[in-house]
Amino acid sequence: MFSPPASMLREHYSTPEQQRETVTVGMWIFLATEVMLFGGLFTAFAVYRMYYTRGFDQGSAEMSILLGSINTAVLLTSSLTMALAIYSAAAGRLLRTYGLLLLTAVIGIAFLAIKFTEYYQHYQQHKVPGVWFESSSPDAGALQLFYVFYFAMTGLHAVHMSIGIALVVFYAFRTAAGRFSSEYYTPLEALGLYWHFVDIVWIFLFAIFYISGLHT
Amino acid sequence: MSTTIAKLRAAQAHSYLTEQRGIRSWLLTTDHKRIALLYTFSVTGFFFIGGVFALLMRLELLTPATDLVSAHTYNELFSMHGIIMVWFFLIPSIPNTLGNFLIPMMIGAKDVAFPKLNLASWYVYMAGGIIVLYSVFRGGVDTGWTFYTPFSTVYSQTYVVGAALGIFISGFASIMTGLNFIATIHRLRAPGMTWFRLPLFIWSHYATSVIFVLATPVLAVTLLMLAVERIFQVGIFSAPLGGDPVLFQHMFWFYSHPAVYIMVLPGMAVVSELVAAFSRKAVFGYTFVAFASVSIAVLGFLVWGHHMFVAGQSVYSAMYFSVLSYLVAVPSAIKVFNWTATLYKGSISWETPMLYAIGFIGLFTIGGMTGLFLAALGIDVHVTDTYFVVAHFHYIMVGGTVMAYLGGMHYWWPKISGRMYPEGISKLSALTVFLGFNLTFFPQFVLGYLGMPRRYAAYPPEFQYLHILSTAGATILGVGYIMPLIYFLWSWHYGPAAPPNPWRATGLEWQTSSPPPTENFETTPIVTHKAYDYAGMKEELRLV
Repeated sequence: MFSPPASMLREHYSTPEQQRETVTVGMWIFLATEVMLFGGLFTAFAVYRMYYTRGFDQGSAEMSILLGSINTAVLLTSSLTMALAIYSAAAGRLLRTYGLLLLTAVIGIAFLAIKFTEYYQHYQQHKVPGVWFESSSPDAGALQLFYVFYFAMTGLHAVHMSIGIALVVFYAFRTAAGRFSSEYYTPLEALGLYWHFVDIVWIFLFAIFYISGLHT
Repeated sequence: MSTTIAKLRAAQAHSYLTEQRGIRSWLLTTDHKRIALLYTFSVTGFFFIGGVFALLMRLELLTPATDLVSAHTYNELFSMHGIIMVWFFLIPSIPNTLGNFLIPMMIGAKDVAFPKLNLASWYVYMAGGIIVLYSVFRGGVDTGWTFYTPFSTVYSQTYVVGAALGIFISGFASIMTGLNFIATIHRLRAPGMTWFRLPLFIWSHYATSVIFVLATPVLAVTLLMLAVERIFQVGIFSAPLGGDPVLFQHMFWFYSHPAVYIMVLPGMAVVSELVAAFSRKAVFGYTFVAFASVSIAVLGFLVWGHHMFVAGQSVYSAMYFSVLSYLVAVPSAIKVFNWTATLYKGSISWETPMLYAIGFIGLFTIGGMTGLFLAALGIDVHVTDTYFVVAHFHYIMVGGTVMAYLGGMHYWWPKISGRMYPEGISKLSALTVFLGFNLTFFPQFVLGYLGMPRRYAAYPPEFQYLHILSTAGATILGVGYIMPLIYFLWSWHYGPAAPPNPWRATGLEWQTSSPPPTENFETTPIVTHKAYDYAGMKEELRLV
């Protein structure tokens, strides 16, 4: 039922199922390490949010909820196009997969563009931590700490996005080159897992940085 | 007789060592056995570099005054000793050498799940190591291997960011290895190799790999925050800027305590194999030993706060961490008792690997029991940051892991190299290591209990005789470590050819030729027996 071209089966696997399951297991383990990587930052953020509730609320209130919401919608759309790309691959419509992957990459770039627009605004408002940081707030210290975490966490997320975009483009071209078929598209599935994971991280970032200060 | 030798020669001509030749075939190999050897050379190099730092420290401590090196240099010596030994020797030592070589063979696979990732891990590890060595030559680091803030982020004038970057990078090698092992053990087992037929070596490495993938990313992100704070001078951990230095300790030990089990679980893996092979009996209570490995990995994640009893954490969390630390002793004790019970009524023989295994059991027990002293809230306050702690973890790391590493290297050397090592001198070296080790570190228990703090270059004269004993022991220990290096290199060329199964041991790795062919087995083995079926083997021999 499942027979990729012989060249796709690496020699140390005995069956295609074994290869496919191994790749999927490997990707899930990798995502577990990513959870721990972001988890460390989320933990530290939670600790300081408890120490400095006011300063962190103020930081969150300074975020542009409009740009954040648009960006969330943009990123969720890219998850949809990614899911559709894999669905099309399973259905054997690989030209469509190719198009949808490129669309995913474009939407991902749009996300980064909006994100960097926000960064530029923070820069103009002297909100980049370090010697350039300026604030007249009585909670300036806590506010700066908020921005440290904001830049560290959204920055790490943006790094993951950039890697993801590069991979999506790479696999789009592999798809166009005829490397995949409805019987063999395991790398695309693994890529999809990664892309959705990075999206989910953003959902949490959106909640802690943008939504939590809305009431102030 | 001559035909047997001819057969052996023929097998060796077709081995993973000789099938391809040239430096390129080594540097671009994806064969797990060759990558294991690349790692072996690298960790051996780092071991001796770290050892030179230790020897210089011991020489400085020969006299009470700071006369050989300055206090600042001494700080750098113990920092670099710790950093290199922990991250560039102990963590990769057994998993990346013996584990890499044996895991696919023991489960009857042709290779690990992701061979290219396996090679990438070695390059990543080397890149991290070279960056750390570069920081050493640019002036070193003086923070200790623990990088405690705020010293590491505000006050230290040394190459903190360089060293942290090297460790950060090498962490990804650990993650790649752990990921590879878990996927391999889950998906690549030969037909009939069920979970409860796996050698205990595999169970222990599985537990180790879980820690690799779940703990290492936390270290990565902690070092990232440390570097951000130091470079941009923003307060993540710095109290004057609103940060919390104790949070750094929490996050550091959240990785570094489980990392202690990364270092010792593979040692336990090796000892389970050795004890069974040289008492010619199945390991007593297989299931208990298997689950002990898993529970050590799980409990290991819940006890990090016992490094911080005096750091100002709440007394209630201290009590919680104390109780859980006691709990870790339960699976560790299960292992020790089960190894001992395996010896009971076994036909024990005293080849070199067995000497190391027995040494491990004794020294690990002492190291583990003194760990319980440190888990007790009251006693810990008295001995925190003294030589008692130093002696305790060296009994686990050196008396445990290094002994197991050497024992495993001797045991599997015929498989790795296709040659036998010289038995007489290697027994002598095992005894030298054991004596030298105890002479080095036992006096340190006494020193610590009497109040000698760690990380000091000078000390009151009344401690001198204990320090002299310790330095003398370190010299003997050094000799004990150089001897295997020499005779292993000698036997690589001149040792007698090894048969496929020189120890008449069970285990799939012994069913193929020594050294094995690149694809490990001529045909994929089919497993019909439990591990350590020495009783069945005896039966078969009787029938023959």
